[in-house]
Formats: sequence, C-alpha cells, structure tokens
Amino acid sequence: MSAYLQIRNLCVTLKGGIPILRRVSLDVAAGQVHGLVGESGAGKSMIGKAVLGTLPRALQVTRGEIWLDGVDLLSLPARERQRRIGATAALIPQDPLTALNPVRRVGPQITRRLVDILGWSRSDAEARALHLLEEVQIPDPARVMRSYPHELSGGMRQRILIAAAFSAEPKLIIADEPTTALDVTVQKQILRLIADMQARHGTALLFVTHDLGVVSKVCDTLSVLYAGKVIEDARMRRFFTRPIHPYSRALLAATPSYEDPEGALTPVPQSVIEQVEREVQDHDRRAAP
Amino acid sequence: MTLLRSILMRLLSTAITLFGVAVIVFVVIRVVPGNPIAMMLPPGATEADIARLQAQYGFDKSIFGQFVIWLSGVLQGDFGTSISLRQPVSSLVLNRLPATLELSIVALLIAIAIGGTLALMGTLRRDSRAEGAIDISAGMALSIPDFLWGLVLILLFGVLWPVFHISGRISPALDIDFTTNFYLFEALLRLRLDVLGDLIGHMFMPALALAIPLSAIIAQLLKQSLKETMHLDYVTLSRTHGYGETHVITRDALPNAILPTLTLVGVQFTFLIGGTVIIERLFSYEGLGNMAIDAVINRDLPLIQGIVILFALIFTLVNFAVDMLYVVLNPRLRHA
Amino acid sequence: MRDARGDIKRPLGLRLWLSGGWLLLLALAALLAPWIAPQDPLAQDLFTSRLPPFWESGAEPGFWLGSDSLGRDVLSRIIHGARLALIVALVAGTLTCIIGTALGLIAGYYRGWPDRIISRFVDIWMAFPPVLFAILLIAVLGTGLTSIIIAIVVIDWTRFARVIRAEAMTQGAMDYVASAQVAGRKRMGTMLAEILPNVLPTVVALLTLEMGIAVIVEAILSFVNLSISTDSPTWGGMISEGRTSVHQAWWVLVFPLITLFFTVLSFSQLGEGLKDRFDPVLR
Repeated sequence: MSAYLQIRNLCVTLKGGIPILRRVSLDVAAGQVHGLVGESGAGKSMIGKAVLGTLPRALQVTRGEIWLDGVDLLSLPARERQRRIGATAALIPQDPLTALNPVRRVGPQITRRLVDILGWSRSDAEARALHLLEEVQIPDPARVMRSYPHELSGGMRQRILIAAAFSAEPKLIIADEPTTALDVTVQKQILRLIADMQARHGTALLFVTHDLGVVSKVCDTLSVLYAGKVIEDARMRRFFTRPIHPYSRALLAATPSYEDPEGALTPVPQSVIEQVEREVQDHDRRAAP
Repeated sequence: MTLLRSILMRLLSTAITLFGVAVIVFVVIRVVPGNPIAMMLPPGATEADIARLQAQYGFDKSIFGQFVIWLSGVLQGDFGTSISLRQPVSSLVLNRLPATLELSIVALLIAIAIGGTLALMGTLRRDSRAEGAIDISAGMALSIPDFLWGLVLILLFGVLWPVFHISGRISPALDIDFTTNFYLFEALLRLRLDVLGDLIGHMFMPALALAIPLSAIIAQLLKQSLKETMHLDYVTLSRTHGYGETHVITRDALPNAILPTLTLVGVQFTFLIGGTVIIERLFSYEGLGNMAIDAVINRDLPLIQGIVILFALIFTLVNFAVDMLYVVLNPRLRHA
Repeated sequence: MRDARGDIKRPLGLRLWLSGGWLLLLALAALLAPWIAPQDPLAQDLFTSRLPPFWESGAEPGFWLGSDSLGRDVLSRIIHGARLALIVALVAGTLTCIIGTALGLIAGYYRGWPDRIISRFVDIWMAFPPVLFAILLIAVLGTGLTSIIIAIVVIDWTRFARVIRAEAMTQGAMDYVASAQVAGRKRMGTMLAEILPNVLPTVVALLTLEMGIAVIVEAILSFVNLSISTDSPTWGGMISEGRTSVHQAWWVLVFPLITLFFTVLSFSQLGEGLKDRFDPVLR
C-alpha cells in the first residue's frame, strides 16, 4: 500500500548552506496518525512547513521529494503547488490566539476557502461550517460564526481552527503542536477532539509534538527527529516496548507517562547526546561531495 | 461610558488648543508695526478719518478688549470684516475653503494610491533589489519637501513637456455656472467632463507635489507593518488554504497592517494641508493658503485670524476623524 | 553568508560620503565666495541679460550658468547665496535643536506639570500651518537674517521636542535609569548623564534634518519676498524670479533649484547616515 504522504530524502537549508533538515524520509498512510517527535529546534515543525509550502523565506528545499496523493509537490510550479495543497491538505496551527485574523468574523474565516478555492456556494459553505462547529462541540455555533476572535477563549478558538481544518475534507492534516499553547485543563479535551475527528473522518494526520506522552495517546506510527535527522522510525507499540536507538530510549526515560506521572525521570545522558551528534556529523560528511 | 468620557476629554482638549491658537495669533499680529488703517486711506486723510476707521475695526481698544470683542463675535459666527477686501471674513474664507479642501483630498488620494502600491509591491518582492530600490527612493522623496517637488514638477510638466496648467485653478474662459465652490465634486456629479478635465489639468501638479512626501511615508510605514504582519500565523494558515501571495498580502495582511499606519498618516495629512499654503502660492491656485499670504502681506488682521483659526480647526478635525476611523477599523476597540 | 541588511547598509556609506562631500563643497564656496565667484553677484547689465548657460548658442564667457533678466550672473549669485543658506542652516538649526531638545528632555523625563505645559504648547503649535506661521512672524519681526532665524526657531522647536520627549520617556522607564537614581544621582544629573547620551543619535539626525529644513524655510520666505533685502542673492529669491520667467530663461530657475535640491537631500541623508553610525544598537 502506498502512503498518502511520502517524504523522500528531504533536505532543507538556511540560505547560505546551514542544514536544517537532513535527508528526511517518512510515510503517513491514509487514515493513520503519524507522530513527529523531537526536542525544540530539531526541525520537526519545518517538515510540516515544507509539506504545506510555508517555509520561512530564509529557508529553502535543496533536494528531496514530497509526494502528496501521488503527486510530487516539489515538481509543480509554485502557484499550482499551493492550490493543490489547499485542496488536499490542512493545518491545525500551534497558537490559536494568533491563527485567526483579528479583524474578521469567525464564520467567513472558515467558509471563505470553501467558496474561493473549492467553488462551493456561500450557503453550502455556511451550512458546512455550522455543522462542523457543532461537531467540535461549540455551543451556539451560529453566534460564534458572527463573533470576532478576541471575543472567544483560547480553547474555543482552537476548536474553531480544528473545525476549519476539517471543513474541506482534506486527506491529510498536519497538526503543529496543537495543544502546546493551551491551558493544561483544555489540552486533554483538544487532544481527544483531534483524535475523534481524525477517526471519524478517516484523515491521515501528521502530528508534530515534543511530548511523547501525547504521541502515545493518539499516534499509530512515529518518527524521532534529532538535529533535522530521523533517528528512528517505528510503529507505536514497538517503540514504547523496544526502542532501538539509545536516544529514543533516553527520550522515553525523560518523559513522564500518563500512567505514572509522578515517576522518576532521567535527563538524556551526555554520552547519548554525543553519540547522536557524531551520527549527524557523519551524515553531513557523507552528504558533502 | 469610557468612550464617551474620552470623546468629551478630547473635545475639551481641542477647545483649549483652538483657544491657544487664537490667543497667539492675536498677540503676534498686534505687535505688527505699521498702521493697517493708515494704508487703507487715501493720502489726504485726516487724523479724524483714521480715528473713525480705527474705531470701526475696534483697533482703539486694548488688546484684551479687542480679543473679547473678537471672541464673542467668533462664537456667534462673525469673524469680522476683511480690511483689504472689505467683505465679511467668514464669507471670504468659506468661498476659498472648497478649493483648498479639494486640493488636499486629491493629494491625499494620490499619496495613498502611490504609497499603497509601493508598499504592496515592496512586500510582494521583499528582501529583493526591488525592495531596496523602493526604500532608497522613498527615503529621498521623503527628505525633499513639497515646495521643491512643486518646482521640479513645474519644470517637468510646465516647461520641458508642457501638458499641465502651471497656474490657477480653472481656465477663466470656461463657462461654469456651478452652485458650490466645490468645482471638482460638482463637475463630477454633473458629469461636466470639459470642466473636470480642466480642473484636473490645473490640480495635477500642486496635488502631486503635496502627495510625494506623504506617499513615501505611507510606502515606508505600510511596508514595514505589512512585513511584520506577514509572519503571523493566520497569514501562514491562509497560505495553506491555497491562496496566492497577492491575495494573502491584500486580503489577510493589509487590513491589520493598515491600523498602525493610520495614526501616523493622520498627522502627516495635517502637514500636507499646511503645505497647501506655499504650494497654492507657487501654482497661483486660488485657495485659502494663497489668500492667507496676501492677507499677511496686506496686514489684513481680521482675515489672517480667520484663516489661521480655520486651519487649526481643520487640523484638529482631521486628527479626531482619524482616531474615530481607527476605532471603526479595529473590532477589538469597537466592542470595548 | 549574506546578511539580510547587507543590501540596505552598503549604500549608506556611499550616501554619507556623497552628501558630506556636497555640503563641504558648498561650505567652501560660501567661505571663498568673493574670490571664486566669476562675477559681481549684484552687478546689473542689461546688455548681458538672459544669457543662456555655456553650452547653448548665444552664451558669453564668464557667465557659465547664464544670467538673469537684469544681467546678473547666475553662478555667482548661487555661490553668494550659499552664504545666507548655510548661515541660516547652522545658526537656526543649532538653536532650534538646543531649545527643542531641552524642552523635550524636560517633558519626557520630569513628566508631571512641566510635561503638561510643554505638551500643550506642542499641541497648539501643531495646529498652525508652519509656512503661514513663518510668514506671519516675518511680517511682524520685519525682514532680515535675525528675523529668519528667530522665525525658524519659534516654528520648529516642536519637531525636536516631540521626538525627544517620546525617547526620553522610553529611556526614563528603563532599569539603568532607576539604578542611577538609586545610586544617589540628582535628577538633573541623571537626565544629562544617562538620558541625553542615549537620545543623542536621534538628536544628531534631527539636527541635520532641521538644517535642511531651515534652508527650505529661508528659500520659501525669499520666494514670497519676505527674506532679507530683495537684491541680495538668495536661492529662494532666484527661484522666485526664475519661476516667473521660466518660459524665457529656464536656467534662472533650474540651477538654484538643483543646488537647493541637493543641499536639502544631503542634509537629510547625512543625518540618516550619522544616525546609523552613532546608534550603538544598530551598529
């Protein structure tokens, strides 16, 4: 079975040559949830941005392929690529406070892509938005559609963004640390909501997070990233029972589990960090011509 | 409640400012050496004639007494009588006001059009040579005042390639029987294209001269603000929806980026209106500013006072309107 | 690696040199005017009236940039006009700077009632059209160099006061000022020793900008015949005359205009350049 999203040997560098992603390859199968784990700065968000075509201007893809629904995005002209992404993929952003346009009402922010990009009628789009807001358990959705973002709480706004992400029935959703900016009390609800929505709609989900605990809750497979390099690729159960790479093991030991949140934690040992650093340097040496 | 309170405070502050302007003009003007009344009379006039006229214009009273008389007149809408033109100041000034307002508004529109376009182009091509070129030309345009731009334009479009009228507001030969002095707006409404063309031919150069420095300011500020907005998450999100760069800039970033620019443009617009004084002189455009300079040269005290107060009133109204517009455009304030 | 600012930074050095060079040239011309001007700037001769510049037919040697309707040499009048322009720029610019900066510092650092009074005056000043105000003042004070300088100072002090007040307020809120206070410095001492050096780059930029503006104000006043006595050479006066005869003798307008244009541009570019040089944060 071919995966819905296939990334092959993706290299992203800062203009000037500093590598950010080092030959990243990963698959997200249709209807599956793939976790992308790593410390901050490991480049995990950059993978999502590369797929969605929103890399910062200072970064560029130097090689690799990104196959989305059987098409290599990087081979398309920019304008067509962006339209294709808009029609097949969606993003659940990290910070719900800045991800909604403050001067526009919520409703049009959900419906306008359906109308503009996918050619729906306005009334269809509005009916769809209302239905989705109900689905993400927003009380009085008609009123919320007429609200401005600043009138709504952070959790509410994240629900709206989730609804918006699912509005065009995309085949792939990229969730970029979707719970990090929220209150701890709201985090679990949002996490469950994303998992439920994914299961109900059968969407492929690329879940970017630094939190292994979250991954264990929602993902089927995962990739561990260090310094822009995939250290380990695994199915969920295997990873948590028999992690192969010493860094993965150390990472697991450094994560509080949901079952035993008070359990003792060990920081990642220096020797492990030195080992992965060596591997990254080896990789760079081999990559150099 | 707080909004009402802040509006009241604002009105009070405006009143104090206008009062201050009136006092300063009054005091400054009355230090003028030379007797304006004496200039009005034929050479053989007697002392009694002078005294009679002085009494008529109130110049025989103390400065304080004159101010009280003038102020109570102003509060009843009476700005006194012009010495040189022997007509009520209020009607003289109101006759000229439309010309200056039209010039200022057209200049503002040109500035927004040029500055906005440059800002959008610079954002679209950010971090490129094109942006650098926009930055440098805006920096230069900004440091040359409207007076010099006016002269440059006279050379370009009045002499080198004479396509525009170099002086006046409208060709005297033109037959117009308009009811207002807002020639431009009335010509638009009546669809008098001949008049419209003639007015634009006269207005183009002075309006452009006034607009160039402001357009550079708008280009710089709006571009800066747009570039900052382009980093925000909702802009990124809009990109993933499949919108192109132009759409993202104009529809998503622009409505937010306008807000911080707006306040500064408001202040700059008052500078533009102030600039009409010398620009109208340069292009012999029959507006308030041109009349003001004549009034100073003729020592026409009541007229000078009336014009200065009117300018001050326009300035404070512009600032007030800009603040209101800011509230209207910003939903976070509208509902507060 | 290419610095993102690299493209913008580089021309600044060039601009600094170009603008500084032009102003230096102008200063030399002003100082040496009696020796280098080819003609007497006041000498009228109807036989040499409206001579074109040297490359046109009908030009006469000695009148490089042509002559005006009274037969006066344009180049010599520009060179002599530089004297008045630069004196006004230096004296009026500096005085405006000192007064405006002092008031801005006091308002921004002491706050309270001094701020309220100064800010109120700034508000009132902002409600005047500046050119009209200047013309009014000259009408009251009478024409002449001193009047021009006084008029510029009276009109433009707010330009400094507004900006410096805002900067002093920001600086005054910073921790290092508080620590200087705790260390027992007098308020006046803190203002001069801690705040002033930090607003100095802005002051320098504003000062050079103001010098350019002073030159323009002088030109505008000459243009409406309110500068100094009408026959002494001023750029504004030449422009005023050139404006009326532009169809017969364009050079009478063009050359003083170019001079004025580059002078104003140089002052402002010099200010921008110096600001970047002096600003420790930008450097």
